[in-house]
This record gives sequence, structure tokens and C-alpha cells, in this order.
Amino acid sequence: MPRTLTRLIFTLAAALVATSAMAQQKAPDAATLAKGEYLARAGNCIACHTAREGKTFAGGLPMKTPFGTLYTSNITPDPSTGIGTWTSDQFFNMMHNGRFPDGGLVYPAMPFGSYTKVTREDSDAIYAYLRTVPPVKRINTPHDLRFPFNNRSLILGWRTLFFKEGVYKPDSTKSAEWNRGAYLVEGLGHCGMCHTAINALGGSSESQAFEGGLIPMQNWYAPSLTSNKEAGLGDWSLEEIVDYLKKGVSARGAVYGPMAEVVYNSLQYLTDDDARAMAVYLKSLAQGTSPEKAQPPLPSAETSLLVSLGKPIYDRECASCHGAAGLGMPPHYPPLAGNQSIQMVSAVNAIRMVLNGGFPPGTMGNPEPYGMPPFAHRLSDDEVAAVVTFIRTSWGNRGAPVSARQANELRAATLN
Amino acid sequence: MAARVLACASCHGAEGEGTSDVYFPRLAGKPAGYLYNQLIAFRDGRRRYPPMNYLLEFLPDAYLQKMADHFAALRPPFPAPNIPTDSKEILARGETLVKEGDARSGVPACSACHGPALGGMEPAIPGLLGLRASYISAQLGGWRYGTRTAAAPDCMQIVAGLLSEDDVKAVAAYLSSRPAPNDPSFAPRGSLPMPLECGSQPR
Repeated sequence: MPRTLTRLIFTLAAALVATSAMAQQKAPDAATLAKGEYLARAGNCIACHTAREGKTFAGGLPMKTPFGTLYTSNITPDPSTGIGTWTSDQFFNMMHNGRFPDGGLVYPAMPFGSYTKVTREDSDAIYAYLRTVPPVKRINTPHDLRFPFNNRSLILGWRTLFFKEGVYKPDSTKSAEWNRGAYLVEGLGHCGMCHTAINALGGSSESQAFEGGLIPMQNWYAPSLTSNKEAGLGDWSLEEIVDYLKKGVSARGAVYGPMAEVVYNSLQYLTDDDARAMAVYLKSLAQGTSPEKAQPPLPSAETSLLVSLGKPIYDRECASCHGAAGLGMPPHYPPLAGNQSIQMVSAVNAIRMVLNGGFPPGTMGNPEPYGMPPFAHRLSDDEVAAVVTFIRTSWGNRGAPVSARQANELRAATLN
Repeated sequence: MAARVLACASCHGAEGEGTSDVYFPRLAGKPAGYLYNQLIAFRDGRRRYPPMNYLLEFLPDAYLQKMADHFAALRPPFPAPNIPTDSKEILARGETLVKEGDARSGVPACSACHGPALGGMEPAIPGLLGLRASYISAQLGGWRYGTRTAAAPDCMQIVAGLLSEDDVKAVAAYLSSRPAPNDPSFAPRGSLPMPLECGSQPR
């Protein structure tokens, strides 16, 4: 080989190495960082990775599970206690495969089953953003799991059953907007973590995706997104869904319980286009399952008694806001007549709203929400059962009656 | 604003005057800075009471400030004072602690910070009248056991730590037996020489 050519190859190779090294060190541009921050919001990293009154992203939030308590990790760029020494490859491996840089298995409370759908480009943007947040020195709190769940190798079994690795694949028969919505809902939004039933093994089955379930430990019911009898959005307008996701209130109902947290920390920050894309996808999930017509209720003697006890309580305590006919004054006083959330098979949420009351989250679109008072201290178990039964069975609503025992059990539900 | 905060009414009354439940305090006419500090402390978990922690969890600072301003500006009538069931000695001990403190145990007088008329001081020291004995003793207990905390230095935690069980009972009995003040407003900022440093009330 002539010397000049050899030198040329060497020079080119050296230049390539230099360029790639520079690319490694090149600071990400402002657009990438802004995108990373936006996507971190869409993924709601902050909700779990920040403890109450703790430093942002420094972890330490206890997450109670049926298997024991997990403590979330420090994801600030502190080199010794955070993820400051991680490369973007290692970060992607965590998001995509649920593995630590040393190959260790991550507990699936971290929703890598959803985040696996996130593209490499989006993962890199989140990584770049997290490198710019203030580093916090906080050593991760060890998990407190009961035997045998403290054995990490059990995660292998869980993964075999419930984890399917793979970036989101667009469906070419659907619109770009639908695909964007699906990508956000199934991926960063990790909606399935609550809206798919959790089985005894702590997993959620793909065949039951978005069919709803009781959230373990929290005692709130995450309704089905596929059935119009629950939170299926098939007969909501796109505008109503967007309002619900971004403002926390809509003409059809307000967010409450754990969903209030999601809107407060995450969904309110979505662009209008992304919120609309999610709405398009969510609405399509419930297409084809049109709401069933109410069956003429055949009240038993007990039901009629509950309803007759419930009406005067409703008229006294509820009607001034929700109206004598349950029509409410949307968006601030939600309608109860025809409200899916009240008629679901699970009466947990309706009973808890009466016991605990609640404020929708204060969002940019609804900064001063109207609150519902708690009634736990004013109404007896019998009265709660009566008024919830009345609401669930009046004005064409077709929910089942509830018992005083159900009301009593939920008095002990964790509030906060 | 009254309609937005109806959620507060079932425990605190529509005008923040309190209700028949002895553990739910009057809110009306307390300095807005005090009310705001409590709303933030409940929201962030520094003051523990799950029903309040739950209700406020996802409300922004600006809205909590408006709620505080709303209740601070209200002046509903005070409830009839509690007819004391405690002995004259206990009430006298309470009066001494409230007006003079106890030099031996280092307890400052309540009135040194809460004002001679016990109406509180702007911006963040609450009035002590119109509250029930059960509420007052529960709060002093909360400070001692750490379920109620305030910005450091947490002066009330220090004071509560200096009080004996009997002192708490006496203070609560005396305060709850006081009639409504003639002038229900609070003292202006900086008008009282505070004997202790308090994180929520810069001197």
C-alpha cells in the first residue's frame, strides 16, 4: 500500500475517532433538553422518584405493595448515589429491559413493561435532561420486602410471564395521531399499570389490557378503559377527554383519587396535540362496546328501603351542588346521572368519594378547583350505603346497591 | 370563593366558624399567613392529619393563598365559651401560664406572642380564642409527639416540650373558657416582642 494512502486512512480513522469522541462529549442542545423534560413529565418520573418534601428526583418515596415496601431510587446525576455515572446505553437498558448497568433485575414497580415501548431517541432525550437536574447526594433506601419476595431472582419468573420487550410498533392502518396516542398511553404514560387488573403474582395480563382493576394497597378502583360501562370513552367527545386529561375537570366528570396525581404531575403539561392524540387512541379502545341499556331494576325489599332512606339524605346533603335530578353543574359540580364512574360494578370509588370528598387537582387549565366535602364524620355506615345506593340506582343509573358493611370497610382505606 | 371551599364547610363551618365537633378548629379571622402555613404543611405532610393531607395534596400554592385570605377576612360570631368543668385551681394555673408563663420551667406566656387579647399577630401567629379544650390539648400533644411541626426553629415544639400534662390541661381549660374578644382582630406585625425565635414568624 502506498504510504500516502496508508496515511490518508490513518488520518481519516483518527478524524472519525475524534468526531465520535466529540459527539459523546457534545452537550445536548436546548431543544433536546426541553424535549427530555417534556417526556419525563409524560412519563411522570417525578411522582415516584421524589419523596414528600424530598429533593426532586432524589427518590426515597415508600411504595407499599402486597409484597412489602419498595423505596424509589435517586435518579439525579449525583455520581455516587444517583445515576451520574450511567451512559445513555445503560439508561436505555433500564428503560427498555428493566436491568441495572450491572445486569441486575429491576423490580417491576418501575414500569419498564410500559417504558420498553419508548424509542431510543426519546430515551436519550430523557437521559440528557436528567443529567442537567441538580445532583443530590442521597443513598438509596434498601427495600423492605417479605420472604420470599426479597429474592430478586423471582423477578425472572415474573418477567417470563408478564414482560414483553420491544419498542412501540406503529399500526400502519391507523392515523399518525392515533399512533402517537397509543405510543404515549402504552409507553411513557404507563396507564396500564393501574388500568389493567393486577393478579396475585403482581403481574398484569396483556389479554386484559386496560380492562380495569382495584389498585392494590390504595383501595381505589382503576376503571376499565375498554368498557363504556366503566371509564370507556367511546361516547365522550374528544374535547371532553382532552379537558379531563389536561384540566382535571370536564362536562362528563372530574378526576379524583390516584388519577388526580397523574393529571397534577403529568398530563396537565402535555401539548394540546399530544393530549388530543391520547384522546383519539383512548376513545378508539372503547369503540364497538356500546353502552348497554339499563335493565329495568327489580329492587329487593332491602334496596327499596335503602333508596327510600337515601333520597332525603341526597336532598339534604348533595342536591344543592349536584342537583335534584343529578345533573350537576359541569364542569365544577359533576353530573351524577349517567356518570359511568358511579355505576361501575365496583362501588369502591363512589363510596370513597362520599366518605372522603376531594378536590380535583389544581391545574393550569383549572387552577382553583371546587372541592367536595368529606362526609365520613357526618353520615353513619347505613346512611352512606343508603345515599350511594340512591345515587347508583336513580335517574336511569344502573349500578347495584351497596351495603353498610362495604361502606364501613372503606372507612379504613388509606387516605394519603 | 365560598363556593369553591364548600369542601371545608362540613368540618369548619361555612364561614370558618367551627362546628360542633370539638376537634375541628375555627379558621375565621386567623392571620392569613398562619392559615397559609398550615395549608402548605398539610399538603406537604409536615403537619399530619390524613383527611386534610388527602384533600390538599394536589392544590397549588396560589390557590392555597387565596383560601387563606378568604378565611382570614371572615368575622362570624364566636361560639359561647365553654362552661368550665375543671376546678378553680386548674383554671387559675391555666390563667397564670397564659398571662405570665412559668419562669421555673422556662415556659413563656402565651400572650407574649399571641397578644394580650390572645387574638394572634400578623403574619403567622394564630388567635387562641374560640377553640375547644380538646383541640388545644390535641395540638400541644401533636407538637410534643411530632405529628405537628412548623418551619425551624419550631418554637411551639419547644414550648410544648416544656409543658407537663397538667399544664396542657390547665391551658386548654382556661383558653376555652374565655369569652369572645371585643375586638376580634390580630395584632399588627412586629408589635409584640417575641421571647422565642420562630421559623414561621420572622422577627
